[in-house]
Amino acid sequence: MSSKTVEPVSETPVNYLNASFGLRSWLLTIDHKRIALLYLVTITLFFFVGGVFALLIRLELLTPRGDLFTAETYNKLFTMHGLIMIFFFLIPAVPAVLGNFLVPLMIGARDLAFPRINLLSYYIYAVGGTFTMYSVVAGGVDTGWTFYTPYSSTYSNTHVTAMVIGIFITGFSSILTGLNFIVTIHKMRAPGLTWFRLPLFLWSIYATSIIMILGTPSVAMALALVAMERLLHIGIFDPRLGGDPLLFQHLFWFYSHPAVYIMILPGMGIVSEIVPCFSRKRIFGYSFVAFSSLAIAVLGFLVWGHHMFVAGQSIYAGIIFSALSFLVAIPSAVKVFNWTATLYKGSVSFATPMLYALGFIGLFTIGGLTGLVLATLGLDIHVHDTYFVIAHFHYIMVGGMVMAYLGGIHFWWPKITGRLYPDSWGRLAAAIIFIGFNLTFFPQFIVGYLGMPRRYHVYPPEFQVLNVFSTAGASILGVGYLLPLLYLFWSLKYGAKSPANPWDATGLEWMAPSPPPTQNFPVTPLVAWEAYEYEKREVPVA
Amino acid sequence: MPEPTHALAEQFDDLEQQRQASTIGMWVFLATEVIFFGALITGYTEYRASYYQAWAAASKHLSVVFGAIMTILLLSSSFTMAMAVHFARLGGRKRLALCLLLTILLGAVFVGMKFMEWHDHYQRHEVPGMGFEFPGPNAREAQLFFSFYFAMTGFHALHMIVGIGILAVLTGLALLGRLAPPRHVPVDIAGLYWHFVDIVWIFLFPLLYLVDLHHK
Ligand SMILES: [Cu+2]
Repeated sequence: MSSKTVEPVSETPVNYLNASFGLRSWLLTIDHKRIALLYLVTITLFFFVGGVFALLIRLELLTPRGDLFTAETYNKLFTMHGLIMIFFFLIPAVPAVLGNFLVPLMIGARDLAFPRINLLSYYIYAVGGTFTMYSVVAGGVDTGWTFYTPYSSTYSNTHVTAMVIGIFITGFSSILTGLNFIVTIHKMRAPGLTWFRLPLFLWSIYATSIIMILGTPSVAMALALVAMERLLHIGIFDPRLGGDPLLFQHLFWFYSHPAVYIMILPGMGIVSEIVPCFSRKRIFGYSFVAFSSLAIAVLGFLVWGHHMFVAGQSIYAGIIFSALSFLVAIPSAVKVFNWTATLYKGSVSFATPMLYALGFIGLFTIGGLTGLVLATLGLDIHVHDTYFVIAHFHYIMVGGMVMAYLGGIHFWWPKITGRLYPDSWGRLAAAIIFIGFNLTFFPQFIVGYLGMPRRYHVYPPEFQVLNVFSTAGASILGVGYLLPLLYLFWSLKYGAKSPANPWDATGLEWMAPSPPPTQNFPVTPLVAWEAYEYEKREVPVA
Repeated sequence: MPEPTHALAEQFDDLEQQRQASTIGMWVFLATEVIFFGALITGYTEYRASYYQAWAAASKHLSVVFGAIMTILLLSSSFTMAMAVHFARLGGRKRLALCLLLTILLGAVFVGMKFMEWHDHYQRHEVPGMGFEFPGPNAREAQLFFSFYFAMTGFHALHMIVGIGILAVLTGLALLGRLAPPRHVPVDIAGLYWHFVDIVWIFLFPLLYLVDLHHK
């Protein structure tokens, strides 16, 4: 900030940010772009709350003895870390923030099909979040994020009911968001924008939306039944009263496995936008990448039993679920191969979004391949409920999803805010996050394979070295996450003004001004080109 | 929700696009509902298969005649709803309002009968968790049956009440003449929802009332 110029009294064009002022104009907005920003603020808040819980967990695990927290408190810490991160950050993050902002812009529409329902879904999310935060403040929940019965229904005397109601309510926010996206992508596309000209981000969002509307009700019902069991003392899942705890696990994982794809598919969509842009090449095998999203959505519904290999489900069911889980690896690998092939002979440059995208590809691949280890019946019995599992899904959720989310935020930040952030700071933060992440979670593969179980606050002393690495990595990761918060915030006021298309990217959203006006496009665009025509554009579109 | 002054909301290009979007939206929502009730029916199926004897005995505590009358009421309401959709398209204001009112009436009687039935169960100590009593050795499994009975009919009745609320609003709008074509689409959409809730009952009636009916 060497030359901080005083804002000249230039006429800033009217955009969605300065179209109207006042708290009311934000809280009652039906503009998809403003709703996206409401989500961005709320979700960021939840991310740091969940992050604090994570840091406390890592602090406890610095030493083998349980010297910082009691076992009960520790149970609450990892439960609330999981619940907040999954239901209030990972699931809504990309769809509700970037999806909300980008879906209408990418298809040349003025808004989503149902703007009021969009605002409603934000408030449903906020109400669900309030219940959850009440449960946290009142003393927390210790069931694990999975709410396994009969522990959650009979034995736990923490604030399970409030938490369950919070998650139940939030589910409807997710359903309404998915519904809105499906209808919008079907019916609001600009003339000429056929399905196979859509940016791949939209194929991902579409597949994600299908999972949201078909999976969420199952977990909602499962949690409603748990709440009923607690409130009325009936035994729907209680073996003493004839109930079957496995039924809960089936209903829970019927959603919660596909939910993994709610978290990762939008991330894959972001990477599919960033990689062609910074390779200056058309994406390799567009239709394969597009259909692999749908394949993941469909296959994702058929593999939930891999969470129940040792829970007492039939061995034959286990074999089938194992085989089907291997099948999901195929469309996931198709994507990785196609991104790699896109890079091949491209003119690759390494701006901040690209660093995150490349980080995603590497870390997602590790997370995915270790997933195959867990999907193998015999191996799973060895590593079940160990830190190997923790490392695996954090490579997908944090190494994959959070990297992609940050990549997307950095990619579209100039469009969202109309400001450029300092790229050197961006690249530094991306590097710190990459290093911190691997230092945190790679040792957990080893310590898990050696047999350290998850969800205990004490562990044998021989595991301490690896745990110290992990905790050190987590501190680095924490710094890495704070950096973007600082320089992105800084850029809002001091960042240089962004042109409409700072990356010289394809896609309709870059043809709108930065930031876009409330109506997005003065004239509905007419699309006469394919997606990702990077080779064809000698001169950037003005 | 304020009724837009113009028939066309500003995010749409034309009325046909708006109509199709609303219709697809409701169908997608109904897909969600299928899974919502499907999860309950999954649990029902597991326990019915595990505890068939007890569930057959518990099911005999429900009145088939009562349930059959409710089914007929609901089917009739589907007919009047279909007529409402028909008149909405033709633009018959009074006939539309009349059909909507009839639908509301039939639905309300259904819900009323449901509440009477629940009240009977309460008096006979058949409400799980509230001093549940059941003759014979299968009280535990019978209580499970009644848990599902209350959950399934309860969620269904909740949907009925929401539906009645929606139809009441539409009746008001119809009388004000604000559902004249091309603004009749809300009636179409509400019709989809109403028929769906009926269909759920078509499943619930045999599942709950007719377990082992052939063994008297
Ligand atoms: Cu899974």
